Amino acid sequence: MSTSNSMTFNIRIWRQKNAKTPGKLVEYKLDGISPDMSFLEMLDQLNERLYAKGEEPVAFDHDCREGICGMCSLNVNGIPHGPDSQVTICQTHMRIFKDGQTITIEPWRSTAFPVIKDCVVDRSAFDRIIQAGGFVSVNTGGTPDANALPISKEIADLAMDAAACIGCGACVAACKNSSALLFVSAKASQLNLLPQGKAEKDRRVLKMVEAMDKEGFGACTNTNSCEAVCPKGIPVTFIAQLNRDYAWAMLKGAAAEPKATVGGA
Amino acid sequence: MSLDSKIPSGPIAQKWDKHRFDMKLVNPANKRKYSVIVVGSGLAGGSAAASLAELGYNVSCFCFQDSPRRAHSIAAQGGINAAKNYQNDGDSVYRLFYDTIKGGDFRAREANVYRLAQVSAEIIDQCVAQGVPFAREYGGTLANRSFGGAQVSRTFYARGQTGQQLLLGAYSALSRQIGLGKVKMYNRSEMLDLVVVNGQAKGIIVRDLVTGKITRHSADAVVLGTGGYSNVYYLSTNAQACNVTAAWRAARKGAYFANPCYTQIHPTCIPVHGDHQSKLTLMSESLRNDGRVWVPKRKEDCGKKPSDIPEDARDYYLERKYPSFGNLAPRDISSRSAKEACDDGRGVGPGGRGVYLDFADAIKRLGRKTIEDRYGNLFQMYEKITGENAYEQPMRIYPALHYTMGGLWVDYNLMSNLPGLFVIGEANFSDHGANRLGASALMQGLADGYFVLPYTIGNYLAQQKEKAPSTDHPEFVKAEQEVHDRLNKLMSIKGKRSPNSFHHELGHLMWENVGMGRNEKGLKEALAKIPQIREEFWKNLNVLGDKEDLNNALERAGRVADFLEFAELLTLDALERKESCGGHFREEYQMPDGEAKRDDENFAYVAAWEFKGVGQAPVLHKEPLVYEEVHMSTRSYK
Ligand SMILES: Cc1cc2nc3c(=O)[nH]c(=O)nc-3n(C[C@H](O)[C@H](O)[C@H](O)COP(=O)(O)OP(=O)(O)OC[C@H]3O[C@@H](n4cnc5c(N)ncnc54)[C@H](O)[C@@H]3O)c2cc1C
Ligand code: FES
Repeated sequence: MSTSNSMTFNIRIWRQKNAKTPGKLVEYKLDGISPDMSFLEMLDQLNERLYAKGEEPVAFDHDCREGICGMCSLNVNGIPHGPDSQVTICQTHMRIFKDGQTITIEPWRSTAFPVIKDCVVDRSAFDRIIQAGGFVSVNTGGTPDANALPISKEIADLAMDAAACIGCGACVAACKNSSALLFVSAKASQLNLLPQGKAEKDRRVLKMVEAMDKEGFGACTNTNSCEAVCPKGIPVTFIAQLNRDYAWAMLKGAAAEPKATVGGA
Repeated sequence: MSLDSKIPSGPIAQKWDKHRFDMKLVNPANKRKYSVIVVGSGLAGGSAAASLAELGYNVSCFCFQDSPRRAHSIAAQGGINAAKNYQNDGDSVYRLFYDTIKGGDFRAREANVYRLAQVSAEIIDQCVAQGVPFAREYGGTLANRSFGGAQVSRTFYARGQTGQQLLLGAYSALSRQIGLGKVKMYNRSEMLDLVVVNGQAKGIIVRDLVTGKITRHSADAVVLGTGGYSNVYYLSTNAQACNVTAAWRAARKGAYFANPCYTQIHPTCIPVHGDHQSKLTLMSESLRNDGRVWVPKRKEDCGKKPSDIPEDARDYYLERKYPSFGNLAPRDISSRSAKEACDDGRGVGPGGRGVYLDFADAIKRLGRKTIEDRYGNLFQMYEKITGENAYEQPMRIYPALHYTMGGLWVDYNLMSNLPGLFVIGEANFSDHGANRLGASALMQGLADGYFVLPYTIGNYLAQQKEKAPSTDHPEFVKAEQEVHDRLNKLMSIKGKRSPNSFHHELGHLMWENVGMGRNEKGLKEALAKIPQIREEFWKNLNVLGDKEDLNNALERAGRVADFLEFAELLTLDALERKESCGGHFREEYQMPDGEAKRDDENFAYVAAWEFKGVGQAPVLHKEPLVYEEVHMSTRSYK
């Protein structure tokens, strides 16, 4: 817990006024950084200094700052969420960097995630994939007792592994093809694994994959870079699962149904 | 205006049923003719928006994050209570009701709390049906854990990510309705004012946070599920953007703000480590199931390594002071005990503001694997932040601002005194009295959104004769103009200080003077200083960037401006409540043993404040708390 030994960094960070203007990396020297600061607190410091100079602070997304909301989304030295393993950038602390190091900070890079400003991107494509089928079609009320349907601990645990996804988009940012398959497969697998979600399994898979393709995400070529950067350690085995579920749904010819009946009202 | 809580008559167990029967219904075919604005997509807002759309209403939902899935509810760790009695340990609706009333130190409204306990079981059924992966036993049934303030095991959980899983459940239901075109979702959109037409809430003014565009939205009713105001203290366990703006803007338009001084300080957070700190991280209360809280008996031992302090030199103060609840004593009591130990000079870690939470016994008894299964992600989080391994040495924890029981005043129907304005979740005041029990906020948010509001709002809508006003109505024009004026003002001051620096200053003052221990002198001092900070803010603020772009500084400035008004009300409420109850501890009012001294004779009421203008004295309206079912007793967890 040493706050005395302060560190200095050479920060190269992406500045872009808005979606229409081209951006570039801008360099700032930043001293007086404590190793106990979180990465985002380091950026707060940078912004306070810019403020003092009358320069507009750097925009970046963040909210919970404890690795669960999925809002933070920075590419640090080329790695989504930076060099620390299985954590988001908001949970990364400066003590893992070397004093004097150059740190390059950029937004997620993917055509499906256009830059809004500086390091902030638009990830609404993820929402639209869930809207297409990432749910169980059940209305509020009238559901059976929660213990009426026993679910083995193994299945519940596996579903939870998949459900741990925070929807940050690091998987897309890490993939050279900008594939969203880890995200899609995690949500689909969570619901497909559970008995409650089985009834509309085929339709769910087809709908979500269709929506994903429409958003302009690329194809998966099994490089596994998504798994490597996922802050929640979601494994690519869910992608394999999704591929099987998808093939099966296609085989059964469960063609996507007319819109008016999907899910009921 | 008099406060009518509209509590239905009859025995407590039948009130809700009877009320549901008495309420007017909107014919299913007519529901699509009504529009409802829901501000907030957390557990309360998200579940309400989805359920209302399923019923057939036209819903618009707003949140300031980039997706409804990122509402602050996502961060809840420990669990959600429900009176299922799955463990066969004697739980019941009545027991959950009683625990909640007692936990709230007899400052909540009985009828609301009973209803909360009644619908709690349905929430779990609903979530399971949505695919929420709650923890299970090998036999396939749902698992439970215990939380503070209860002697039964009624908390359902999904590892350490219960809020995330419940929110993703509500988000999936909401997403389904968005996909069906029944909910229009506005992300990255902030409500900056409420529009009141002929005394009724009929719309909102919204800023698109990406383009800066200001728009007017009209509806038959407005629902606020906008969360709590812990961030008035700057450092809290809440997400960075949590704020009081929506609720405060409604208060300025006539909605009463109730019990703002009831704030909750959570006992188990990672201690503050520096000035630059932007937030405090909670370590879930569920850890107290297996962790033992202690400090050294002697001041001289504080600097030693914990492993070098022998058993008999340790003070397991919660077990000592509260033998029957031990480490699971309620939050307010645990927090204050930690403060006392540190004030006594026996705190550990830098600055002496910390106590140990020790898992050594549990690891010995259950094995490291079991502890890892239960709390693995929390231990990992602790290590990432502090660089210390809590399997090998005790965690260091200290209390931090966490939750706010106060909020906009609502009646039994969750409607504020402004007709047409409904308030749900943490944003209202109704269910937790002066202290909330662990795992009860998630329960309340979902109870409000899934099972209460969808009925009670129908009762209001069914009585609306007139259509929602057009957005050309003069009240909309005026409200929009005021929003523009305020934004222009914030942009044009061009002083020297950042919005963050004012927030920091205010938060520090609030924590020191209106924090865990409050007294008349400190409160009066705060009441003198807050207006000074506010004045300096409006003179010396600097907001860089453009109004027509994404501008975090401008967003922050608006929120801090509202905190600077609201903080004064919170402090005044704390000064006026000359008793100690729950999270509100007035140092002048304590028992000889340091326990809180409640004053039922003079303070058994809800303090609902009416705004009269900035810097003007607000008017206090009292809703007496009448206990028909339970006897108001002195809380004892000994
Ligand atoms: C770290 C942590 C752990 C917790 N753990 C537990 C737990 O284990 N069990 C438990 O029961 N409780 C827990 N709580 C408390 C609980 O999480 C919250 O009280 C609850 O989730 C609040 O839900 P809500 O829907 O009322 O508000 P929130 O989830 O805060 O949602 C507020 C919504 O309103 C929107 N909003 C706010 N203002 C505006 C505006 N002006 N314009 C547009 N949109 C706006 C936001 O975008 C957001 O969508 C925890 C809290 C914290 C901080
Ligand atoms: S800010 Fe929430 S995950 Fe990083």
